[in-house]
Amino acid sequence: MTERLFPYAVAAATAVAVAFLALPVVAIFTHSSPGRLVSALGDASARDALRLSLETAAIAVAIVVLVGTPAAWLLATRRFPGRTLVITLVELPLVLPPAVAGLALLVAFGPDGLVGGGLEDAGIVLPLHTAAVVVALVFVAAPFHLRQAQAAFASLDPGPLEASRTLGAGPARTFLRVAVPAARGGLVTGAALALARALGEFGATLMFAGSLRGVTRTASLAIYDRFGTDIDGALALSAVLVAAAAALLVTVRLVGERRAAR
Amino acid sequence: MLRAELRGAGPIAVDADLAVERGRCLALAGPSGAGKTSVLRAIAGLARPREGSVACGEAVWLDTRRGIDLAPDRRRVGMVFQDHALFDHMSAWRNVAYPLIDVPKAHRRERAVELLERLGVGDRADAPPAELSGGERQRVALARALARDPDVLLLDEPLASLDARTRTHAAALLAATLRDADVPAVLVTHDFAEAAQLADEVAVLAGGMIVQRGTAGELAARPASAFVADFTGAVVLTGTADGTTIHIDGGGEVTVAEPASGPVAITLHPWDVTLDAPAAAATGSARNRLPARVASVTAVGSRVRVGLDAAQPLVAEVTPEAVAALGLAPGREVAAVFKASALRVVAR
Repeated sequence: MTERLFPYAVAAATAVAVAFLALPVVAIFTHSSPGRLVSALGDASARDALRLSLETAAIAVAIVVLVGTPAAWLLATRRFPGRTLVITLVELPLVLPPAVAGLALLVAFGPDGLVGGGLEDAGIVLPLHTAAVVVALVFVAAPFHLRQAQAAFASLDPGPLEASRTLGAGPARTFLRVAVPAARGGLVTGAALALARALGEFGATLMFAGSLRGVTRTASLAIYDRFGTDIDGALALSAVLVAAAAALLVTVRLVGERRAAR
Repeated sequence: MLRAELRGAGPIAVDADLAVERGRCLALAGPSGAGKTSVLRAIAGLARPREGSVACGEAVWLDTRRGIDLAPDRRRVGMVFQDHALFDHMSAWRNVAYPLIDVPKAHRRERAVELLERLGVGDRADAPPAELSGGERQRVALARALARDPDVLLLDEPLASLDARTRTHAAALLAATLRDADVPAVLVTHDFAEAAQLADEVAVLAGGMIVQRGTAGELAARPASAFVADFTGAVVLTGTADGTTIHIDGGGEVTVAEPASGPVAITLHPWDVTLDAPAAAATGSARNRLPARVASVTAVGSRVRVGLDAAQPLVAEVTPEAVAALGLAPGREVAAVFKASALRVVAR
């Protein structure tokens, strides 16, 4: 009896899962007419929010990749005391509740924060400035890239890296010309995941950077801001974010398949 | 001239001293886990011995007492890795051009293709490593190692990943390349026949120590221990082929089944060699007879290994009964008898 029903049970579970997960996404596009979505995007504040989201996310991911890739290389290839502790520390933001992350950033970099006073003396005030958004995005998105890049570097065949050294290349040239190209699949995946996380970031940005139109109000914050008053506008911004997220997911998938095919 | 004294390199307790002259090739041979690769990696600087020194000509690469330890990229080595370790994201010629940073960019391709052509794979210059056959990969790896214009060549099991058919050809090419390179070369192999074919001298390693060193023929004929006797396995004779007749270096002729020409190495297994009284008449045209004098008699399990002095050292593996019947003892004159079909001929 169990054996006979099993195929149906599996099919039913899959159908429920797919329907439940896809339905809300579909609803974003069907709740109002496409025309109203497009016209809502014509609104200057909506475009400001999208532009700000893209700009801050792009800058944050650039910082994450530039700083995170060499850091991941060191963590993946060197054994030193306290290495596990360091890896745990840099991965912590991954599991931190966003509200906690925002509060943590505030007490660290805010005016009364751990290093915020020093920053203020140096003329750098983060909260309520666009730079604060970037700081929040880097904080929450970096662990995604660090994890992926570390795993990619750790799984590299040591042969070509050693060959590079015997061929006269120092550690820097070996890293840039051999390790990074060989790990590029994992690095692209890490950057894409970091970008997706940065585009969707909400809580930490709201608490640390605030929600000033054109300065710190990213698309996610704008959606929250208008969903009580302007549901079409909120939906239009949501649709754009869904499209961007889907595009990133497809990128990760394609890179993964290309790597598997090699 | 390469000199190395190594104590405790890598995971294996290595204790090895070696010196290799320019234009000579030393094979480090032994079973896996003997420390062969550890010695090679210590010379290249990829592993640091607990104590020791490595010097190439006037250049000191490592001297633990004086606190000298050059990074691998500052030692002029050309290393061919066991699995070739090609850069998969670069075409064949870019792999070869990788060490050519001192060559102006515009001339790098030309120089790389030239090296690939010398090794017979010039037409594969633009292929990515994934599209190369095992033999082609080996040649690209060799071209890349030579591109740096190394002062020492280090070869880690260069033929191990090739199939039997490719191997004969690759071995001949490797032998020719080593001759042309005119630098000290160290070759690591677990295959005594390969060591005999490619190297001028063989050092047998066991447990990180060199247990015996000499020409392949000397090791086979006068093994210092049962371990070496067992490891040497095959007998190697060098000579010049003229059809099915091989003129053995040092005198004598043998007949082989497959015609060949030019300098060759012939290998045969000791168990294919029988011993006979020197005066006995030849039996059958396909049988080779070489006069020899017994040099050693070593029991290996239920068989007896008999080292022979002939034009080139030989080994026979016979039964204890045969030893008794012929009264085999060092100094005794015998004839070594073996079939033409038991001989394997490889170009040298």
